[in-house]
Amino acid sequence: MIYEPSLTAVVFFFGFVGLTLGLSFYLGRKAKSSEGYFAAHGQIPWFVNGVAFAGDYLSAASFLGICGMIAVSGYDGFLYSIGFLAGWIVALFVVAEPMKRLGKFTFADALNAKFDSPGIKLAAGVSTLAVSVFYLIPQMVGAGVLVQPLLGLPHWAGVLIVGAVVIFIVVTAGMVSTTWVQFLKGALLVIFSAVLTVLILERGFKVEPVPEESQTITKTADGQTLVNGEPKGTKPGENSLRPVGTLSKLPNGQTETGPLGPLEFFSVLQNSEVVLWKKQPPVEENGAVTTEYKPEPTPGSRVLRPGESSKFAGIRRDNLIDKLNFVSLMLALFCGTASLPHILIRYYTVKDVAAARKSTIVGIGTIGFFYILTLYMGLGAMTSGAMDVSNSNMAAPLLALSISKLLFAIISAIAFTTVLGTVSGLILASAGAVAHDLVGSFFGRSMTDHEQVRIAKLASVVVGVIAIVLGILFEGFNVGYLVGWAFSVAASANLPALVMLLFWKGVTKQGVIAAVIVGMTSSLAWILLSADTFATVYGWPAEDALVPFSQPGIVTIPLGFATLVVVSLLTGGKAE
Amino acid sequence: MQSQTSRLGLTLFGLYLLLYGGFVLLNAFAPTTMEETPLAGVNIAILYGFGLIIAAFVLALIYGIFSKSSDDDAMDEVAKDGNG
Repeated sequence: MIYEPSLTAVVFFFGFVGLTLGLSFYLGRKAKSSEGYFAAHGQIPWFVNGVAFAGDYLSAASFLGICGMIAVSGYDGFLYSIGFLAGWIVALFVVAEPMKRLGKFTFADALNAKFDSPGIKLAAGVSTLAVSVFYLIPQMVGAGVLVQPLLGLPHWAGVLIVGAVVIFIVVTAGMVSTTWVQFLKGALLVIFSAVLTVLILERGFKVEPVPEESQTITKTADGQTLVNGEPKGTKPGENSLRPVGTLSKLPNGQTETGPLGPLEFFSVLQNSEVVLWKKQPPVEENGAVTTEYKPEPTPGSRVLRPGESSKFAGIRRDNLIDKLNFVSLMLALFCGTASLPHILIRYYTVKDVAAARKSTIVGIGTIGFFYILTLYMGLGAMTSGAMDVSNSNMAAPLLALSISKLLFAIISAIAFTTVLGTVSGLILASAGAVAHDLVGSFFGRSMTDHEQVRIAKLASVVVGVIAIVLGILFEGFNVGYLVGWAFSVAASANLPALVMLLFWKGVTKQGVIAAVIVGMTSSLAWILLSADTFATVYGWPAEDALVPFSQPGIVTIPLGFATLVVVSLLTGGKAE
Repeated sequence: MQSQTSRLGLTLFGLYLLLYGGFVLLNAFAPTTMEETPLAGVNIAILYGFGLIIAAFVLALIYGIFSKSSDDDAMDEVAKDGNG
């Protein structure tokens, strides 16, 4: 689709970004020590930290990715919401309090509390960097996606703007301002998602005739893009994609429902018929590749059941491997949250164990509420008549556009800050890992406070630039897909060591190092050799993949635990 | 580690693990059960999904209310000793 930039959107957007920058500069003045830079002096109030958890966690994948996936194929996207939230149970009941008790600035601190080993710092530092960079790519891609309709700028410009703003935030201010930015963004995201949901329920459903024509996008041999057979554009003789997303039947022959209750919304949809636009496999003819999107009236009962999208269709087949792939993903989502470095460092910004616990509870409430709303927003977008068949990531902002231009501007600006917030948290976690863990263990000496902060700021710039480059390279990549990777790697590398340290006295430092390294490399290797990666990244046939299913968690998480136990038992006698 | 608070945490964790595990296995091995509409015309997939999210918050609240502040003080002492 072609998006017209609107003045309101631009004004609102720059106002918002300006406010964020001003706030971060103002708050950052005092954070000169490493204690202030990495951990906000441990003085963030627990309620603020709890909402900031939501700000950190509800990334572009949650807001754009999940809503988009629900809007395109129904219930399946909501499985991510459930898994992402369930992970917080591990964080609260198992990890939160010991993390606060053992560490100071970084995740490596907590692993290393008992041993004081440079090896552990190095391994944990590398895994922090690996997970954070994986997590950064989809955020940056998301930024590029958003800027197109909002400001009418190309993808790379969006990535560059986000990168520059975030580097500025992180370098000027560190954890204090990052936290307040997250707080602001988390609160606004949840409030406006609730507003959007109320408006969806207020609007209800309406029947439209089933569109007969499908839509096509053709990339010709000479690099031109044709939409529905004519050059892409808005002038006469040119064509752009028609917005889609309608109901073709309501129960009992109704044509309009009027306002609906929160449960009624689902029961009505259950007995209706929705027009979904299925992407057909691309066809090549004389060097021109054509992708067709076909309207397909689908019963609501199918839209609302799991296993309808291609990603989750495996659960409806009688193939054990396909079912294991699903269980593996759900396991990685469950274990991944409590292993994400940018979430874990947030435990050091509050003053004590009780505050760590209370802020996690606030986080769970805020994030859970938002995830319930994703189902309404996704299904609302599906039936809004505003969807773009070629880009599912735009579902939530376009849903807002179908209600009002102002709401679109607000939602887009919030979505953009969503990216800003998560990216700054990730860059700060990476910078902490570099300055505090890697450089510290590599040079084998303790640096002064001032040196640590300077190295961290330098590292922020480097990681930020890497993120910008990757964000431009991975344009057009599925945003949710890469986040799944990050969760699998985080859970496999970090969780075994973290959990075993808490529950088993026999853990040795060699055991911790081996578990982190084996968990990280095995999950990465599995992902790189999987059918999903073969097909979407390398463009090779999926059947040639070297591992039986795509999601590594169910194999590599137990492998991490096993490695830790075996190596600890073998080295137990000589432990220092 | 074996304070009353951490025991409570692990019990609640086990409870949630059963709920979540049940959901995942039901989806994987009996997906058609998810299509049934036992309540208000809403299917089990949505009811169970919302239930899991609400249950997480309820368990978190229970944990917050019943955790003992004496355990926290002990933990905070360890933190101070451990990190100077």
